[in-house]
Amino acid sequence: MKLENLSLEGLSFSAPQVLGGVRLVPLVRDTFREDLRLSRRAYGEDVALVSVNPKITYMGYVPHGLVANWTNDGSAVFGTQFETAKTHRDGKSFNGWITARGLLRMARREHRNQLRFLPLHVAMEGFLASHFGGPSIAWTEYSKQVKRSGLSPRVEAVLPGRAIVGLEDALRLFEIHHNQVGLLLFVADSLASVFVVPHPEDYKALHHTLISDFYGDLIWHHGLFATENEVHPTPIDSSNIATLKDLRREIDQLRLRWADLSTSMAPSLFERKLNQHRVYRFKPFSLKRFITDLDPNEENFIGEMILSDDGALQYLKTYRLSAAQTRRAYLLKMLAATDWNLDACATLLACRKSELVMRLEKAGFGYLLHQHVLDSARSKERKF
Amino acid sequence: MPYSAEHYEQLRERSEREDIVMFINTCFAATGQNEYYNDRYTDSVSIDFLHQYVLANYRTVYARVLSVGINHFSQALIIRNLLQSGAPTDHASRIEEGRLIEVSLRQLPANRVFKLFARLRTDSINNRRTRAVVREYLRHQQSKSFFFVKYRNKLRTAVRHAHADVSGETARFLFSLKESKQFQDPLYDAFLRAHFSKQAVFELPFTVAEGLAARHGIRRDEFLRKIGPMMTRTEKLRLQNAANRTNKVAMEFDLSAAPLTGLALYILSLPLEQRKQRAEEYHAALFAAANRVAQRSSLKAEKTAAVMDRSRSTWGTRERRRRPLAIAVAMHYLLSSVSAEFRSFWSPAHGDKPSEYSPHEYAFLVDAGGQTDLATPLLNAIAWRPNEIVIVSDGYENSPTGAVNQIVCAYRERLQTKHPISFIHTNPVFDAEHFSPKRLGDAVLTIGLRDAEDLSASMRFAKFAAGEATQAELETFLSHSAETYIGLASNRESPVASSETDQNEA
Repeated sequence: MKLENLSLEGLSFSAPQVLGGVRLVPLVRDTFREDLRLSRRAYGEDVALVSVNPKITYMGYVPHGLVANWTNDGSAVFGTQFETAKTHRDGKSFNGWITARGLLRMARREHRNQLRFLPLHVAMEGFLASHFGGPSIAWTEYSKQVKRSGLSPRVEAVLPGRAIVGLEDALRLFEIHHNQVGLLLFVADSLASVFVVPHPEDYKALHHTLISDFYGDLIWHHGLFATENEVHPTPIDSSNIATLKDLRREIDQLRLRWADLSTSMAPSLFERKLNQHRVYRFKPFSLKRFITDLDPNEENFIGEMILSDDGALQYLKTYRLSAAQTRRAYLLKMLAATDWNLDACATLLACRKSELVMRLEKAGFGYLLHQHVLDSARSKERKF
Repeated sequence: MPYSAEHYEQLRERSEREDIVMFINTCFAATGQNEYYNDRYTDSVSIDFLHQYVLANYRTVYARVLSVGINHFSQALIIRNLLQSGAPTDHASRIEEGRLIEVSLRQLPANRVFKLFARLRTDSINNRRTRAVVREYLRHQQSKSFFFVKYRNKLRTAVRHAHADVSGETARFLFSLKESKQFQDPLYDAFLRAHFSKQAVFELPFTVAEGLAARHGIRRDEFLRKIGPMMTRTEKLRLQNAANRTNKVAMEFDLSAAPLTGLALYILSLPLEQRKQRAEEYHAALFAAANRVAQRSSLKAEKTAAVMDRSRSTWGTRERRRRPLAIAVAMHYLLSSVSAEFRSFWSPAHGDKPSEYSPHEYAFLVDAGGQTDLATPLLNAIAWRPNEIVIVSDGYENSPTGAVNQIVCAYRERLQTKHPISFIHTNPVFDAEHFSPKRLGDAVLTIGLRDAEDLSASMRFAKFAAGEATQAELETFLSHSAETYIGLASNRESPVASSETDQNEA
């Protein structure tokens, strides 16, 4: 794991389009590479069982996968290559009344130059699997089940984009820019997701997948309460315009101010250090997943990206964690940092041990601990 | 701080004037169809509210708006609302209103009129005036058997609803067709015979023959070939593509006689390859159509630049395919034929399409796509130093929002003295939320426009939309307009009927 900032070098922000409570900020790239292309592979079933490794199965809402095609010598990927990739047989479909599909691994190489991965699930799987094995030392407080099989099953709830009020209309009416390769999606003016692809043509083809991607319940709530907001940067200053050239310069300045405004609305993603982890390496690219530092007081994201070896961002997709999800991940992280010792962890979090136990229970981790540990913590807490 | 009575009077005057201006602007643009940003239902709620509001508060104005050249949809809606609310008690305005309704109905296309009559029936509007209006309309069509054959079912409904008196053969044709053996009128007779004879089908109007042809099992290509002479011009234009695609029948169609906006719509519906192949022909046809409009209108301009929106939203909807884009193209040709010097500047598009078109370049090769960046073409247009800049856009500027307004403001403030330019924004799209076509900002005057042909009518009204004239002047304008409208129609010897019928009989 290494800590790094997310770099959007080479990408520029265009003026946002506000449609109802949804703000869409286009990301434009003037020079893009032709040797990596992404395409969508639709699955007939909404649910998939993904065998991550022989021991772990991941089950989730997987309406589509993404297929990356690339070349080794830097030449352009042919249209025929990724056209056939879309219809390639993938996993096991049971037809009839079984409405789930069996798939192998989150990122799977299908040919020498073809990789299929499940968007957002790469990141979500990493998020769910963190500290999945359970306590590293057999402290007596932990239940037998946890010692035997770890945190399994670990569950988080998400919603498809269709459930978010106004998102479908906003995506439909959005006017895709010339050379647009990405999008910042704000719901109620807080960042819901960032989506970047390598090529403008890919973006045109994948724009609508944003509606079938999944989002947290937080974004759903935001969608319900969002109203259309007008946020404008400082208008042009007519006092220093004497010629048409000045007017042009002022308008260029105005465009820059719009870009700054969009950046400043998404500080959580661009100013924070990210914990990155490489999932798959396909020369000269690598697929990585990342997670922000899980500070419960900040907005936190998980996501995945494809970086080329020169460090340029080729693909990015993020998921905004809700407060409860952040809390769960934060507690696990703290426990792991203290070798799952409840006393040490309580000291680290500056709280009582019984308080920590109650926090764990409220976060949904009650099943990790013996019943008598929970009971005694509850009675102790009652005395305070 | 107490305000004087005069101040309140001014406020009242201004608010009333703005109400009326908003209403007329809407009548130019609104069509009650699905728009890119709004659906039909939202539109209709908004339009209905606005109509009811103006009807209740400014009844005289409401009726007189029929005369200023607003679109057919709005005319039909106004007539419906007037009929529903009953005749005014004042004798003079009752006469005027009646005349306005009568004249407007005769100038509306027949399909609009029958839609209106059907709506009167479903809304249970059947007062004395309504019946008289329908009767009067039918009396004028009495001699036109083509009309009666083409709209037989709708006429039956209307005649029944209005208790209209039809006599002789027409009555028999409408109500006891099955008992009749033959008719004196050749068309009525053909309709009767066409139920049994294949040959008689081809003597009927196209829309009527279509159903009977299916009954006789006549093959589509044979049908289209033989029915050609009976088709109206609009029908031919409508069927061009379908006939070419499905039956490989090339329909003979005279492009040079088609109306401007309709022609632009047709040409934009063709694939780009075909547009390129026959570019010269299309260019000439559009040019000729624009010239005809220019001759009829009193439009004249010096050096004019147009800023055109070709963003994704000009693609329109299923119901209004490419209409905003087609209006931009039609405006390009119309403005180029009325201006001494002309050039159009288009918003950026995907690919490497040119962003400027001079009058002899093929502006119909544009396509819709991309963001609405009006700032770039507007700056280019200003740099060309025209006297007038016309912006054609649906008003949803988003790259960046509000830039046009800021540019125009800054120009007026700092650069106007060196080279004055007047800016005007024509908007082909009704915006439900604002009860009028969406504006680009306070600095630019917005007028609604459904067809490029209506430009001169819209422009006449622009002075009032700009807020330069008082309410009294606006009302004088409306009353003059109503007088000429009524007067013109009564001076004509033969009343104007539906354009389709006329064309066919001519």
